[in-house]
Amino acid sequence: MSKALKRIYMGIIYLFLYAPIIVLIVFSFNKSKSRGQWGGFTLDWYAELFQSRQIREALYFTLLIAVLSTIISTIVGTIAALGINNMGKFSRTVILNINNLPVLNPDIVTGVALMTLFTSLKVELGFVTMLISHIVFSIPYVILSVLPKLRQMNKHIAEAAMDLGATPSYALRKVIIPEIFPGIISGALMAFTLSIDDFVISFFTAGTSVTNLSILIYSMAKRGIKPTINALSTLMFVTVLILMLIINKKSGKGEEILL
Amino acid sequence: MEMGRNLIEIKNLTKRFGDVTVVNNISLDIKENEFVTLLGPSGCGKTTTLRMIGGFEEPDEGQIFFEGKLLNPIPAYKRNINTVFQRYALFTHMNVFENIAFGLRIKKIPKNEIEKRVKRMLKLVDLEGFEERYVDSLSGGQQQRVAIARALVNEPKVLLLDEPLGALDLKLRKEMQIELLDMQRSVGITFIYVTHDQEEALTMSDTIVVMNNGVIQQVGTPEDIYNEPINRFVADFIGESNIIEAIMPEDCKVAFDNVVLDCVDKGFAPNEPVDIVIRPEDIRIVTNPDEGMIKGTVRSVVFKGVHYEMIIESDAGREYMVHRTIAFPVGSYVGMNVQPFDIQVMKRGDPL
Amino acid sequence: MKKRVRILAYPYVVWMAIFIVVPLFLVLIYSLTSGDIHDINSLQFSFESYQKVAEPLYLKVIGDSFLLAFISTVICLILGYPVAMIIANANPKYRSLLLMLFLVPIWMNFLLRTYAWMSILSPNGIINRFLAFLGLPRLEIMPGNVAVLLGMVYNFLPFMVLPIYTVLSKIDKQVLEASSDLGGNRVVTFTRIILPLSIPGVVSGITMVFLPAVSTFVISGLLGGGKTPLIGDLIEQQFLFSRNWHFGSALSIILMIMILISMAIMSRIDKNGQEEGGKAG
Repeated sequence: MSKALKRIYMGIIYLFLYAPIIVLIVFSFNKSKSRGQWGGFTLDWYAELFQSRQIREALYFTLLIAVLSTIISTIVGTIAALGINNMGKFSRTVILNINNLPVLNPDIVTGVALMTLFTSLKVELGFVTMLISHIVFSIPYVILSVLPKLRQMNKHIAEAAMDLGATPSYALRKVIIPEIFPGIISGALMAFTLSIDDFVISFFTAGTSVTNLSILIYSMAKRGIKPTINALSTLMFVTVLILMLIINKKSGKGEEILL
Repeated sequence: MEMGRNLIEIKNLTKRFGDVTVVNNISLDIKENEFVTLLGPSGCGKTTTLRMIGGFEEPDEGQIFFEGKLLNPIPAYKRNINTVFQRYALFTHMNVFENIAFGLRIKKIPKNEIEKRVKRMLKLVDLEGFEERYVDSLSGGQQQRVAIARALVNEPKVLLLDEPLGALDLKLRKEMQIELLDMQRSVGITFIYVTHDQEEALTMSDTIVVMNNGVIQQVGTPEDIYNEPINRFVADFIGESNIIEAIMPEDCKVAFDNVVLDCVDKGFAPNEPVDIVIRPEDIRIVTNPDEGMIKGTVRSVVFKGVHYEMIIESDAGREYMVHRTIAFPVGSYVGMNVQPFDIQVMKRGDPL
Repeated sequence: MKKRVRILAYPYVVWMAIFIVVPLFLVLIYSLTSGDIHDINSLQFSFESYQKVAEPLYLKVIGDSFLLAFISTVICLILGYPVAMIIANANPKYRSLLLMLFLVPIWMNFLLRTYAWMSILSPNGIINRFLAFLGLPRLEIMPGNVAVLLGMVYNFLPFMVLPIYTVLSKIDKQVLEASSDLGGNRVVTFTRIILPLSIPGVVSGITMVFLPAVSTFVISGLLGGGKTPLIGDLIEQQFLFSRNWHFGSALSIILMIMILISMAIMSRIDKNGQEEGGKAG
């Protein structure tokens, strides 16, 4: 492929990727409520966004669930990975295969399966069931990112620490956890973004009393297009963009973190 | 080299992994300041023995005593013994200084003292100025030195080394052998060294412990082990050798392949089957076949640098490996002579 | 030591049993029974739900789901492979920027991205306004399958590009040099070296696009307008509206089995590909 051709091709692909986002952003400032027609600049939709209790609540639940499920699944997943790493080949394979089910299964199957479980146990769907569900699908990712770090680690490293006088718990805190820290962090990041982004599983396990942003957007979009969603999208996109730029600048290894 | 009283006493030590007995009822005494090498092929139990001394494996039977006190119930982190691990097991999230200071920090040694001792260690292992470097950025040989410094800085009475040079290339390995030996002499502590490399063991050790299938085959100085191997396994594992099945018709005589040679060994029953070892460098070649005790034809000659390695097939059809500085042409018919004291007679063991 | 550390996994094993194994088992049980789901005593073994799946109406839904997912996967592969190659071969200075630009959109909420297409494609959307402005006929693709396909490609393209890029960027440049040294021109180098070596990336790309595409109900719900219901829509309906959990469970089990089969096929291709890649490399 010639250079010019490559550039044109990439230009078209990037246009395809960004056109909808740009449209979203532009129309979040559109006075006219109808899409496609420019009716002048306005910040009304942003004002409406901030005044909406519904959206504030959804944002609150989204973040609360994301933070809680990230903390819990990172801790549980890391501890579980330490145990799994020391298991015999057979039990390790069995556990990892079960652990992979939520990763490989379509979200909708995981969602309805959890919904079935909660309903069968006569647990009312709500905040707790949604939180549990988020932890259920997050832990496997934490394990999958911690376990390779543990396996890469020199298998004698814990022994080396104890050889130098460290008690097992000191060795865990000062040597093993720091050695696998990059894996823990990337697991936690993954858990956080998956939780923030999740719609399908939340949709089936949240019931009617709790709503997160995804569910709210879905129900609003189903009813028709509202410019407040555009405003919300713009804010979320800008937040993500800024976060990405900061991470990219700070680490200089944006590529790795993104991957 | 002053070697004092027993520092470590191992009594009837046994370790099983499932159905496999990896270490089978071994007993061994190790003295202060001694450089002891556990030598054997992989799977012979040498590393497991070392790990039991270090406290990383629990013995199934038997005791280990350290300065007269039973070591078994003491966890690894309370033993005054340090280890240099295979592939070093350095802490990759710490720099060189922190790696070496790790043990001292646990002992809550004052900061300036830590600094002083780490500096001294860096000097000993020739890594001055490397304090801030991360271990990932070091070469294999440098990582090796950090691992040694990290262990030695704690001033252990015993340093355990598990194939510490295995990952290095040949030239570096040779250099590090000399350096390790120097370090052992200068810090004056006991080294227990595990290797499968017989040359390394011969070069470095005061005492070599040859192991096979979890059992100690022979304990002795490098000279003992090389010159007077106790059985076929040791003879075959240490250096190259011609091992021949023979019988002893009477004291100081061995008979095989229709020849009877003089030797210096006694005390076997008449006509007892034995194995004899003749080292390749102990066989002399004479051009006149009639002047040789054994006659044969040169089958191959390979130049090995210091000497030529020749395979000579005797009239009885046995092949002898011979090391000489002069080559004899392939096909020539020659005689071979062996001095009585160069024939090492061993009890017939299990066939290899 | 090892044995003591092992205990750390036990709580999670219990957790997995309760929240991963039991739920799927319940779905399996519901799929094989009929009766009132809230009354265990009324449940009876029955193939009813699976018989229902075999009705032409529902077979068509399953067929449509797989067809749309298949088409969108092929489009993603055709569009994505060159992108991955161009980024992998780009000047290292710009490579991570190019990659980041490519990935930023997926950090935006999936629903918002789909919603964005609604405002572009809808009957009163930007494209139609623009066409009307030019006096051209309206473009009526939304709601419809074309819009659904577009939504799928848009949402899942990065999942095709990423794994292929990862594999391509790891190919040792010396291998390519060796190929041209041995007389391979660019076409030969591509078809005999690069392509076989990148098969693992292609396989995981295909899996990562096909899986969410075949089970989606958001994209079809928002962009398809219910014109062509997909298996995901059907499952959603059974669990949330029709309340026929037995049928919904049967559909879920079928979806799972079909996905497992497709993944088994893909991993077989992956194995063969790697072997050939090994030979070529």
